Amino acid sequence: MNAPSRPTRRADIVIIGGGIHGCSAALYLAQRGMSVIVLEKDSVGRHASGVNAGGVRRLGRHLAEVPISLRSMAIWHGVADFLDDDCGFQVAPQMRLARTEADLALMRARVAQMQALGYSHEVIIGSNEIRQHIHSLSDEVIGAIACLDDGFAQPYQTTFAIQRKAKALGARFHEGVLAEQVARDRGGDWQVTTPEGTFAAPRLLLTGGVWSGQLAAALGEPVPIIPFAPMMLVTSRLRPFCHAVVGAAGVPLSFKQMPNGTVVIGGGRPGLPDPATNRAETVFHPLRMSAQACISLFPIMAETSIVRTWAGLEARMPDDIPVVGRSQLHEGLYYAFGFSGHGFQLGLGMGSIMAELIATGSTDVDLAPFSVGRFTSLQAAT
Amino acid sequence: MIREVDVAVIGAGPAGLAAATEAAGAGLSVVLLDEQPAPGGQIYRAVEGADAGLMHILGRDYAEGRALVAAFRASPAEYLPGASVWNIGTDRLIDFSRGGAIACLRAASIVAATGALERPCPIPGWTLPGVTTVGALQILLKTSAVVEDDLVLAGAGPLLWLVASQLVAAGAPPRAVVETVPKGRMSAALSRLPGALRSAGYLRKGLGLIAAVRRAGVAVHAHAEALEVEGGAAVTGLRFRAGGREHRIACSAVGLHQGVIPNQQISRLLRCDHVWDAAQHCFRPVLDAHFRTSVPWLHVVGDAGGIGGARAAALQGRIVGLDLAVRAGRPDDGRIGALRAELDRDLAVRPFLEAFYAPDPAILNPADSTIVCRCEEVTAGTVRAAVRLGAPGPNQVKSLIRTGMGPCQGRVCGVAVSTIIAAAQGALPDRADYYRIRPPLKPVPLTELAAYPVIGPEVEAREP
Repeated sequence: MNAPSRPTRRADIVIIGGGIHGCSAALYLAQRGMSVIVLEKDSVGRHASGVNAGGVRRLGRHLAEVPISLRSMAIWHGVADFLDDDCGFQVAPQMRLARTEADLALMRARVAQMQALGYSHEVIIGSNEIRQHIHSLSDEVIGAIACLDDGFAQPYQTTFAIQRKAKALGARFHEGVLAEQVARDRGGDWQVTTPEGTFAAPRLLLTGGVWSGQLAAALGEPVPIIPFAPMMLVTSRLRPFCHAVVGAAGVPLSFKQMPNGTVVIGGGRPGLPDPATNRAETVFHPLRMSAQACISLFPIMAETSIVRTWAGLEARMPDDIPVVGRSQLHEGLYYAFGFSGHGFQLGLGMGSIMAELIATGSTDVDLAPFSVGRFTSLQAAT
Repeated sequence: MIREVDVAVIGAGPAGLAAATEAAGAGLSVVLLDEQPAPGGQIYRAVEGADAGLMHILGRDYAEGRALVAAFRASPAEYLPGASVWNIGTDRLIDFSRGGAIACLRAASIVAATGALERPCPIPGWTLPGVTTVGALQILLKTSAVVEDDLVLAGAGPLLWLVASQLVAAGAPPRAVVETVPKGRMSAALSRLPGALRSAGYLRKGLGLIAAVRRAGVAVHAHAEALEVEGGAAVTGLRFRAGGREHRIACSAVGLHQGVIPNQQISRLLRCDHVWDAAQHCFRPVLDAHFRTSVPWLHVVGDAGGIGGARAAALQGRIVGLDLAVRAGRPDDGRIGALRAELDRDLAVRPFLEAFYAPDPAILNPADSTIVCRCEEVTAGTVRAAVRLGAPGPNQVKSLIRTGMGPCQGRVCGVAVSTIIAAAQGALPDRADYYRIRPPLKPVPLTELAAYPVIGPEVEAREP
């Protein structure tokens, strides 16, 4: 009865998951001349990609992520021309404040480590320089580690713009279409079964965030995804006082003032994630400490009110870096998910790297640390 | 640590008062939370303190609220005035602010009796200082006995005539009533008239109000269209077309009204199922015979579940209060059945009113240059442009152009934005989606949040 009446739709690659990583890979693959189908169970940018805090941050990246982050940043700096949409991108310093000499010493060590590796984007700035960017700041702050030309963008606007560019280059998007099953046929094609019929391609890329785990497991490569719902708060408008995206050592907080005066407070306090129902619920009592931290670091915040909160559904990996690269079991199967709450800035660069890997068979970025195999070997060891 | 009760009722209008009174009377532990300082809701606002003069101005229907309030006061229900509920979790935890501090409680059943909102009237100039809603004018009258002079009332609906007549009784008649009910509506509504005669009292009352306003010499313009509020820094006049010619009335205040729609913030927050009510031109939560939403512990009574007016609201509240008691094991004394029959009779007038006072088509499809989201000052044209770009629904439009992201949390613009998007996509409103409503429902000062009571172990988050 449920045999699809529609003919199987074929392409060079099927991408499952229409977030920023799926859209970006679609864009770059289409640019390389591949025919691309993207399947998205809800709508593009509905979850983590559309509702994250919008930080465009190289600062403090895991060393393995730095090359991807740098490649992304170069694209971000020309994003308006590339996507014909400014994506709300603004260059702004990203900084992490230190209130103790011990914290500052750790930051100096990080900068030294980065410089030894040939990276110069992270720097230590003094308290006067910090105060040029933040006009209401606790006296306790003595220094910061910063990336002065990082920034922030509008996450949904960005993901939507990437989708439109990918479409313009020929990628086909099927939204509201759930990939129920994936199997390989005799000819070596991946067959993706959906309520809207079957989609087939010799290559398959999973970019479905927290929902990728089930398909990966069904394909024999289980990964320990932890659903995670970081909460974000938006305040009423304040006069401009902060031109930086700010975090602080010892405080799980990310903080930025938008051009319209509202302040977005994020930083990883978890709400209640429920991937089965697509929900991520805000829970207010844990936000008590975020509110206290905000007011103590930025005294002007005592004047403001929270007007809106939200929580997005993210896929967190136990080691906080994503699963990226080839399957270890199947030819023509690729992964890019589990960005652990910091995949937004990486999206543009990651898409170009995945397209390079898929289209040419190799990439000069070292993806070994992100291998799906790191969990299988872990399981084998225990 | 967290206080638990059998029933939490939100809203002290007729529906909430009646639900709380009945449930508490049957022995359930009941807390009624209400934003206002005194019981009565919008319709019976400040009814306990009204003097004889004000009672005369506001009329007999208003006085009916006294009995409801008195019964509630005499019941064992606990009353928390000045309590603004701003979040309800799926774990039934209610967060609210009261006296500058956050408190919370958990209830086995929650009854949302949050009433109606005036339908937004996006016409040119509606955001100018001096433009208000007819409902807001009535609040001024009830709470401070204040009336605007140099005022024009414009729009359609029973409340328009009620407030006009109250202003007449207060000795401050409006300069004019500009009614937007199109020609031909009566014949369209006529088939529903026989049904409405089952509750003929309403019709008699309505005609009486209109007659009183006319008798007082108030200029009445019927079948008006193309309304436009004029002014630069503030209102200077109202322009419209009626009787085949252009009119302009100079005035410094305009009260707009196009009926009321359910306040669905709580049922939307909890992701209850909703439907588009084509007769009432609005969304309402899907309710079963016990006024239960698709979230089994959440009930919606009164206008928040679909517009029925004050008496229907009180009847629904009583039914839910008794029903909760029966489900908690109290005996059913047969009153519920009698109340249902009375409710049916009372609602008989609605189909006629809904057909006759259907909102002005112009406000359902405003011109491109008209602002629809007041908080973020977004025009209808900007919404349509986002749809042309490919944004599939209100939530994507919201993410792109900030409609519904301001302090009102989309309460004012939600229905307008949904219907504009549906129309721009060539779909009927019943296919329209709606904003996902995010807490807090009302702004919460950060200092209050920083002092949220400790109710459980503090979980230290890992940094992302």
